[in-house]
Amino acid sequence: MTTATQPETATTTHESRTKRLALVASKGTLDQAYPPLILATTAVSLGWEVGIYFTFYGLDILHKDRFESLKVASLANPSGPLQVPNVVGAIPGATAVATKTMKRWMDNASMPTIPDFIDMARDLDVTFFACATTMGVMDVSESDLIEGCDIAGAAAFLDYAATADIQLFI
Amino acid sequence: MTTNNTSGAVAAATLDTSGLLCPLPVYKAAMALKAMEQGEILELICTDPGSLADIPAFTRQRGDRLVEIDDRGTSQVFWIEKGTGA
Repeated sequence: MTTATQPETATTTHESRTKRLALVASKGTLDQAYPPLILATTAVSLGWEVGIYFTFYGLDILHKDRFESLKVASLANPSGPLQVPNVVGAIPGATAVATKTMKRWMDNASMPTIPDFIDMARDLDVTFFACATTMGVMDVSESDLIEGCDIAGAAAFLDYAATADIQLFI
Repeated sequence: MTTNNTSGAVAAATLDTSGLLCPLPVYKAAMALKAMEQGEILELICTDPGSLADIPAFTRQRGDRLVEIDDRGTSQVFWIEKGTGA
């Protein structure tokens, strides 16, 4: 289509009140680390306030020694990067190959890495809540986490989420 | 690069996000608008297949004015007038 269209202006639907998005990131695999970070960076780009509660394996996304080396498994993941019989996913090295494949997909699509997304979100003042219970259960100390995390329990997150316009569990 | 439009909008800045997928066009557009003044127009070029849905949503949520869309099939050009937001 070569002709320009005149879209409906939507300024009348804009609310001056800042919207809030509250996310729970509960999974620590490479593929599952992307959705909360994509939603968070998008929401702050829309002018929203965003907080992510990293809990259970999701805490790996904030873990200094782990966030750069998250993995995706082929085993029990029929939609995963390796389209192979499930049992092949149990072979040593299959997870490494699946992870490498997913990283190549992302790189080919010019998608940021997880550390890039973390930097983008942090620069845009996304609040990173680190689940205190997970830290206790999995023996993670504050010094194990990347800079700028708020250590918080469920009550503190729910207090934050109670005034959010959208709450999502990932 | 400034391309032609029918509304006569004159872009103060151009951002080409060709080849980039969500969330990068929206993220980079927000960064670009942050550096601009209210009332200035950003010319945004996208090839993300979601951009025809995403960019109007982006401007609606931010309170910017979407002046014009030029849908060229595999790419779209949006002219966005910065509102009162950041």
